[in-house]
Amino acid sequence: MRDSRCVLLVEDDSIDAMTVRRAFRDLRMTNPLRHVTNGEEALAYLQDPSNDRPCVILLDLNMPRMNGIEFLKITKTDAGLRRIPVVVLTTSSEERDVVQSFRLNVAGYIIKPVDYRNFVEAIRTINLYWTLSQLPEEKVESPNAACQTSVAG
Amino acid sequence: MPHAKPLLLVEDDAADVLAIQRVLQESNIVETVHHVPCAEEALAYLRSPGNDRPALILLDLHLPGTTGIELLEAIKADPSLRGIPVVVLSVSDEPQDIFDSFDLGIAGYMVKSSGHEELVETIRTILSYWRLNRLPVHHGGYSG
Repeated sequence: MRDSRCVLLVEDDSIDAMTVRRAFRDLRMTNPLRHVTNGEEALAYLQDPSNDRPCVILLDLNMPRMNGIEFLKITKTDAGLRRIPVVVLTTSSEERDVVQSFRLNVAGYIIKPVDYRNFVEAIRTINLYWTLSQLPEEKVESPNAACQTSVAG
Repeated sequence: MPHAKPLLLVEDDAADVLAIQRVLQESNIVETVHHVPCAEEALAYLRSPGNDRPALILLDLHLPGTTGIELLEAIKADPSLRGIPVVVLSVSDEPQDIFDSFDLGIAGYMVKSSGHEELVETIRTILSYWRLNRLPVHHGGYSG
């Protein structure tokens, strides 16, 4: 990823979560991985100011309590959360899920590859893209901060 | 491939258009590239019922007339267009532009570097990511 902030993984399947963790390790990604198991826990994580803010959220769709679409409906209308890019990582290839996710401004929709080698490739591609892409800063900068960055050169 | 995947390129710099079109056409995921030089033409294209809906929009921010941010606002305010992923490709690395673009729900923000090789690499990275993605099928057809 472009910066060193954590990645929030919202995934109820413990094997899939382990696979993501293993892929991060194999790719030597240094971003800490925070793992929660449903949308409700993810919201609680994001709303607690003592937690690190993620630079990217990896979101499963089919989860108990609060599913991924419900999570997106809340976060993408929340002025404090909607800027965080959310990449859907799911087994669902239902057209309805794809359409709904993109209408809710996801920044990617990737079907979980079944075998590990392709899974790592998918995480590698996600990592490359979000290393090249700029990421929004956590807060709107103050006028002072803007001055500091524009003085150079 | 049953569905053509057109890409809409909103870019006023002719040299960039040529370089981007070349890379896009060499790739095997984008079948057609439609290029418009300004926001007004982009909206006219998107709202014309006879045109294929793009799978992805590549958007420059500094456009003559209506800005890229204003175009983004119009796209994201239109229920029939808001589901099209928009990737910003801009020379600007101003935090405010990045912040505003993500606030409006973009799916990536790439800073255009001046070198040709870097631009080609950027386009390749964008394509390899979107090749991995499942994108909505828009024509009422069933993708199987």
